[in-house]
Amino acid sequence: MEYHIDLPIKDEDIIRLRAGDIVYLSGEMYTARDMAHKRIVQLMEQGKPLPFKLEGQTVYYVGPCDPKEGMAIGSCGPTTSYRMDSFTPKLLDAGLKAMIGKGVRSNEVIRSMVKNRCIYFSATGGAAALYASTVSESKVIAFPELLSEAVRKLTVKDFPVIVAIDCKGNSLYK
Amino acid sequence: MKEITYEQIKSSVKNAFLTANTDVIKVRDYLDGIKDKEESSTGKIILDQLISNANLAHELGIPSCQDTGMSVVFCNIGTDVAVSGGAIEDAINDGVREAYEIGHFRKSVVDPISRENTKDNTPAIVHYSVTEGNKLELTVLPKGFGSENMSEIVMLTPAAGLEGALDFIVDVVRRKGANACPPLVVGVGIGGTFEKCALMAKHSLIRELGSVNEDKELAELEEQLLERINALDIGPMGLGGKITALGVFIEKHPTHIAGLPVAVNIMCHALRHERVLL
Repeated sequence: MEYHIDLPIKDEDIIRLRAGDIVYLSGEMYTARDMAHKRIVQLMEQGKPLPFKLEGQTVYYVGPCDPKEGMAIGSCGPTTSYRMDSFTPKLLDAGLKAMIGKGVRSNEVIRSMVKNRCIYFSATGGAAALYASTVSESKVIAFPELLSEAVRKLTVKDFPVIVAIDCKGNSLYK
Repeated sequence: MKEITYEQIKSSVKNAFLTANTDVIKVRDYLDGIKDKEESSTGKIILDQLISNANLAHELGIPSCQDTGMSVVFCNIGTDVAVSGGAIEDAINDGVREAYEIGHFRKSVVDPISRENTKDNTPAIVHYSVTEGNKLELTVLPKGFGSENMSEIVMLTPAAGLEGALDFIVDVVRRKGANACPPLVVGVGIGGTFEKCALMAKHSLIRELGSVNEDKELAELEEQLLERINALDIGPMGLGGKITALGVFIEKHPTHIAGLPVAVNIMCHALRHERVLL
């Protein structure tokens, strides 16, 4: 099945989407990869405020290139998700609803996704120019010193993904 | 003696990285030629996206992948070449610095302990070899780490033999291929010592897609391995399908009576490399 879905994602959308569905996402999402995950979890453990409210949100694992003049963002394809696995259950317990990345997730992440009713989308690795063309706005909202790894708020239109693991734990990976 | 200047080397390296990171037209054409073999519907969609992406990157002059890699350079120097105006490695690093700045490429290089970014993607990883003649050949290979992280080396025993080596190569792809942006290119080194083996696996990646190994025995092994890998049903982006790898490239070197090193250096579909001859 093919769907056009607005972000922040609604529970009813998460419930109806199944592994293998093609989805075009439009709306707002946040970027975070290795170092940003580490810092967000540290802030959570210290009880300090987070760079954005995780509840109901979507995180995209990406470290973009710098934008060329006239573009909102540089090339921005997904990075490999397993490196975030050790942090992910904590973020899902705190209300994060959707993740976009590439590659397999740990059993622990899948269990946490089922428990918290979350979804994992696969973006196409290496299709970074294509993804850049779907981003109309990009703003660094935290950790600017992390350069490409800073947390950004993106506004996207028809950002193409595939449901790789759905909220029931069904997975396209072998 | 032929004189080659610091500026010539710097500017060649700069231009080669600018092209390699933004131009994957050869990969696009290769994907276009084989995409009908893919039976999975998601696999087909992904291959089409990669083709559109290559066109878009080319049109806009932006990187095809945000991971513009660590800057690997193979430098083959003729014995009759004299470099003037500075050290060759400084010229290479200057070329990398300029390319990554001008091209708006991601600066992905950090100190391994402090994780502090060097902010210009240097130092490059340079491998030298010396041949007769008066040419300087530079081959640049921006190497992304999504695939680099999925690479492995093993020191097998002679008892494991060729069969053990082939099983290991297929097993690395089975265990790790889905994370490395398939369809992959699988670079393999067999023999030598620990470091020689890894270097052969990396060096094999500067071949072209669709090229046939000049060594007939290796060409046959490459074909066998490609068939076994494409039967794993990993598929484009690991979501299932027939096209898991685009090619397997093998290099071999004599090894010790006690050993059988095998290295697998995984490359994603973006087989980006550029060669310059001075």
